[in-house]
Amino acid sequence: MKLHPMIAALRRHKAGVVLIALQIALTLAIVCNAVFIIGQRIERVNRPTGLVEDNLMLVTQSWVGAPSGDQPGDVEKLDSLLQADLAALRAMPDVESVVPINSLPLLNSSWTGSVALKPGSDLRAGNARSVYYFGDEHLLKTLGLKLVAGRGFTAADVRNRGFRDSGTPAVIIVTKALADKLYPKGDALGKAIYLDGGSSPSTIIGEVERLQAPSTGSWVNGFLWNATIEPFRLNANFSRYAIRTRPGRLQAVMHAVPDVLYGVSRMRVLDDDSVKSFAQIRQEAYRSDVGMAILMGVVCLILLGVTAAGIVGLTSFWVGQRHRQIGVRRALGARKIDILHYFQMENLLISGAGALIGLGLAIGLNMLLMKHFEMDRLPVLYVLAGIVVVMALGQGAVFVPARRASNVPPVVATRSV
Amino acid sequence: MFAYYFQLGLRSLRRNPALTALMVMAIGVGVAASMTTYSVFRAVSGNPIPDKSTRLFTPQIDAWGPQQNLRGGEPAEALGYVDAMALMRSHEAKRKTLLYPVQLSVIPQGNRDLPLNASGYAVTSDFFAMFEVPFRYGSGWSEQDDAARTADVVISDELDQKLFGGADSVGQTLNLGGHDYRIVGVASHWNPRPRFYDLFSTSGFADEPDIYMVFNRALDLQMRTGGRNSCRGSLSFTTWQEYLQSNCVWITPWVELGSSAEVAGYRRFLTNYAAEQQHAGRFNWAPNVRLRDVMQWMDHEQVVPPESRISLAVALGFFVICLVNTIGLLLAKFMRRAGEIGVRRALGATRGEIYAQYLIEAGTVGLAGGLVGLLLTAVGVGGVGVLFRPEIAKLARLDPSLVALTFAVAVVATVMAAFYPAWRAAHVQPAWQLKSS
Repeated sequence: MKLHPMIAALRRHKAGVVLIALQIALTLAIVCNAVFIIGQRIERVNRPTGLVEDNLMLVTQSWVGAPSGDQPGDVEKLDSLLQADLAALRAMPDVESVVPINSLPLLNSSWTGSVALKPGSDLRAGNARSVYYFGDEHLLKTLGLKLVAGRGFTAADVRNRGFRDSGTPAVIIVTKALADKLYPKGDALGKAIYLDGGSSPSTIIGEVERLQAPSTGSWVNGFLWNATIEPFRLNANFSRYAIRTRPGRLQAVMHAVPDVLYGVSRMRVLDDDSVKSFAQIRQEAYRSDVGMAILMGVVCLILLGVTAAGIVGLTSFWVGQRHRQIGVRRALGARKIDILHYFQMENLLISGAGALIGLGLAIGLNMLLMKHFEMDRLPVLYVLAGIVVVMALGQGAVFVPARRASNVPPVVATRSV
Repeated sequence: MFAYYFQLGLRSLRRNPALTALMVMAIGVGVAASMTTYSVFRAVSGNPIPDKSTRLFTPQIDAWGPQQNLRGGEPAEALGYVDAMALMRSHEAKRKTLLYPVQLSVIPQGNRDLPLNASGYAVTSDFFAMFEVPFRYGSGWSEQDDAARTADVVISDELDQKLFGGADSVGQTLNLGGHDYRIVGVASHWNPRPRFYDLFSTSGFADEPDIYMVFNRALDLQMRTGGRNSCRGSLSFTTWQEYLQSNCVWITPWVELGSSAEVAGYRRFLTNYAAEQQHAGRFNWAPNVRLRDVMQWMDHEQVVPPESRISLAVALGFFVICLVNTIGLLLAKFMRRAGEIGVRRALGATRGEIYAQYLIEAGTVGLAGGLVGLLLTAVGVGGVGVLFRPEIAKLARLDPSLVALTFAVAVVATVMAAFYPAWRAAHVQPAWQLKSS
């Protein structure tokens, strides 16, 4: 089939051609970027935290009338309140293990600082930012963290300290990511590091495979996997407990916990969201990511639908306009399949041109998003896949009117419409 | 004539129903997507205190130094105790307040046997007048009460409802965290969104505070902030006094300034203060201060969630595509009637009349699209909760102004999209059309 008569024919429908091409181009630009955003959000949501997330829950509570922690003896009083709660929780029949902890991954309540290889050095030069988790000897077991080197804490390692004291632990556990950052040769175990520009060393006694920072915000992206675990029970007038239940008993424990804690003392505040399963924490943390992915997905589908509808509408109009010409061609010996191919070829030309423009628009839009929304560069694969999709969409959309055109009988040529 | 063309337009909706339905759906979907995302954007980016937003300023003073401060050399977003107190002592501003979030528990009294959580702010007396807090009963406290460090408290309507069944509780005593306070005022519902006055500790969309207490009183009780606290360098404080003298920032200051001269004067005062601190050896860096008003501050703190901006941008792009689509379909719809137009032109209709008829016809399509759009917007606004945090989602509402806007956007956009097709229709050659039929 020769192309130049077709192009000459298209010149007579400039407006329609331009509109279809433009629509294809815009659709391509938006769909590529939207699918890319979906992919990134899904990837983000699927990052493993390093925890075993099933049968894990968190309780947050505060004591009423408890000491503030600033007077001598306050910290010990607070610690006895904490110990009483821990004992009661650990005595629950369906509970496997409990740890007093300051935060959990995805909880968005962080304690951050820096770790250094030399005493008294601040945030620059070879040092790393890190998040801190504070807990006792039950931490690894309760969270289900995987130890890849060294050992976990024993009861002898664990001390208690006031929430606002700046005590340095003698021993710590770090994530593998942090250990590798500080000691790239992989010999971090047994070495000393200095926390928050302090001058007393903490010895690395263990490395865990993975432990995500509590925050999901972008400010934490640079040190998302750098976590330091300190063997402290933190004493404040509020506390958090991570609880691992026996398999399948999560709901039962969640239901029973308030009564158990009120049984220890009624002078505390437990409100509606004091008891949360880890699944709930995860859902809240990634709500906007999941929502964004769904929104983009819906937008893409509707957009493709609208574009297809537009192509069907305009092509039908053309077919109506060219009824007589088609009849003439048929009378001159063109087969049905030739007419069908003609319209399909025509659409291929238009959407090809649109896709070329769309390629440029997609990249431009991506650059705009990178500038304003911390997006990454759009991989070429997405654009190529997008081009295939919009071309296929065009072919699909043109099929119905093209078939109608191919059914025009040759006798139309002899009629004046 | 308008009524007649409108009638024609309505009738033409029934002609080529498939084509018309496509157009109406495209417009409806496009408008709904834009309006849904706009309703969220409007809710999160509006001016929370429109009549005063250009007169309220939050001063920043760099107490961390160039090695430690935020990206781009920005000073910390709040003040430490030392600088906050220095601002409070000065008399440069008409009104001024300091504030930080506090968390307290309401000790059981009467027939309640479980404690309640009460969150709120430690503020100074000017807070209520500066931010125009409405009162249901009583009022705030005076500057003398600030100085006398009284145990006064203002509670929210909601807390009053919980504790006193909504009765006038002014003068009653409330036990918060083991200390007695006298209720001096009950604020009517007041929760500006975004919460411009505390963007340091909140995302700007927190629930209404329950209590406001005297700032100096909170300091006397050594009450640490219930919100954010940010420190730099190696931390070595253990006592309250050491904490107050540290470089930790946790207090948000606000000043009200009347004229631009006062603003310039206050800026000078801040620079001078920082320079004094430099001379005194407390800062070993040049003065680095900021004075931002409400909207500048919200912009700086990036209150509008990125999801909201991205989805607004996507929805607008989406709307543009729907309009391009509408132009194409209207063109097809109008040009099908080229013969009819030719006859009308030959019978003496002017181009203007053809324009009027087809633009009005497009308007009816837009109106139908607006109707579909309105239904879909209602669905969309209801489904906002999937995408945004619940505290933001509940701000998006389908109010009369949004309904009006939905229709206006649908009709205006469709009529604009119809200009080119109408132009083509008006330029149909009567002679040519008559000959060919």
